[in-house]
Amino acid sequence: MDRVPILKLGDILIISIQIDLDDQSVLALQEDLADSVVTHGARGVIIDITAVEIVDSFIGRMLATIAATSRLLDAQTVVVGMRPAVAITLVELGLSLGGVRTALNLEKGIALLDHVRGATS
Amino acid sequence: MTGGWELPIASNSDVVMVRQRVRSVAVEVGLSLIDQTKVVTAASELARNALVYGGGGLARIEIVENGARRGLKLTFSDEGPGIPDIEQALTDGWTTGTGLGLGLSGSRRLVDEFDLVSAPGKGTTVTVTKWAR
Amino acid sequence: MTVDADVARRRIEELLRENETQILHRWTLIAKASSEELSDIYRALLTSLEHGGDLADMRGLLAELSRSRARQGFTPADTARAVFGLKEALYEAVESDGGPEALRGFIWFSRLIDDLGLFTFETYTTARERIILDQAEQLLELSTPVVKLWEGIVAVPLVGTLDSARTQVVMEKLLQTLVDTGAEHAVIDITGVPAVDTQVAQHLLKAVVAARLMGAECVISGIRPQIAHTIVTLGIEFGDIVTKASLADALAHALRRSGIEVIAPKATRLAVRTENV
Repeated sequence: MDRVPILKLGDILIISIQIDLDDQSVLALQEDLADSVVTHGARGVIIDITAVEIVDSFIGRMLATIAATSRLLDAQTVVVGMRPAVAITLVELGLSLGGVRTALNLEKGIALLDHVRGATS
Repeated sequence: MTGGWELPIASNSDVVMVRQRVRSVAVEVGLSLIDQTKVVTAASELARNALVYGGGGLARIEIVENGARRGLKLTFSDEGPGIPDIEQALTDGWTTGTGLGLGLSGSRRLVDEFDLVSAPGKGTTVTVTKWAR
Repeated sequence: MTVDADVARRRIEELLRENETQILHRWTLIAKASSEELSDIYRALLTSLEHGGDLADMRGLLAELSRSRARQGFTPADTARAVFGLKEALYEAVESDGGPEALRGFIWFSRLIDDLGLFTFETYTTARERIILDQAEQLLELSTPVVKLWEGIVAVPLVGTLDSARTQVVMEKLLQTLVDTGAEHAVIDITGVPAVDTQVAQHLLKAVVAARLMGAECVISGIRPQIAHTIVTLGIEFGDIVTKASLADALAHALRRSGIEVIAPKATRLAVRTENV
């Protein structure tokens, strides 16, 4: 099983998915991340999917679950770097990723997190 | 027309293998990037369905031709419990498992041709085709 | 009088081989083509007849002939006529032979040449179709510019009739531009579009939703009254998608959303002030 490394930058956790994950690894990532949010007291989570070639309903559900779980743990989630082909396919598939914030790239993702936290705190 | 490839679907990592093989054949057939993404996503959904609901099965990948057009034909078959109500199974949001219920209905929208054969106790076979534009 | 078909064929083969020089010469005159090209084809014909009629090589050469002649400005009819000329070229040899096998064989040969002549025609048409398809694709690329309106704001001004294929290409290009430039605001302006059908409207909608999934905002501007009417009549749900009357309104909206305010301190001047966010 492949484990995705979780990086910490201040109070933000960053995960960059670089490989084609099987479903087991996806579930493991979900759990690892929730643990990390609590351990590090993170206030923001960024999931970088720049390298991800497809997002099917399973990965889509993972993104939504991570966002919802993190919110309960008082952390905001931003998904960054979705490719156009992936976005078009998701729309066609019927997945809207409701409740998941998105940004074009990592930099804009971090800016968005700052903005959201500025608004809520 | 080539002989095609047959891949077993018995574990999560097999689903990944199916995705990767479908991707490489889609590139060979000359599908656009968007169409590659669509057909690989559909393959991922259908392979997972065969694994989760059919208890595993087989994926067949073929290159098909229709005049000047080339396409990719994928067949996913399992010997699981089958689908009693196909009409219902193709509705968005319908699921017997814990999924989102978008696997079948969603993949149908991602491909050009979609054919589902299933009966209770007889397993399920889904055949999809994506043509190069 | 019956003549065995195989015997007849063999007789023609013999005639073709024995009189190669004369037939080729006559054919060159009739076809007005280069003798090298024709003799290549002639050889290929002989070889394929020897090997029981597999015409694959032959067809390859004919396709080449058809292409090269098309480049020189010959019509496909000219090329087909050149191929048909082989019949006439052979006839002399058949006549001087005079035997029933040769005559019977000539009918068979004639049919073969007809098929090959039609094949060159087909090759020509296929090549043409390819060119037309390629040009249509290039036109598609040309007709769909994505322009930068402001830092972080891009627009696609669509002009002319939108079909499903074109809309898809434009939308893909727009989304790719968002990635490449990091622009968070996009405007799809359809002022120059006379009408949309259900499919086109759906594609526009999907592009807006896809842009949102990627983390960008997309506004549609310039919807004509007829199009607005169509959209409502067709029952297409535009939901929470932002629409603006004109490209200018859409730009103002995008500027506002990115924290830039356009103000007019004097009636005659426009000034732009950037707010720090």
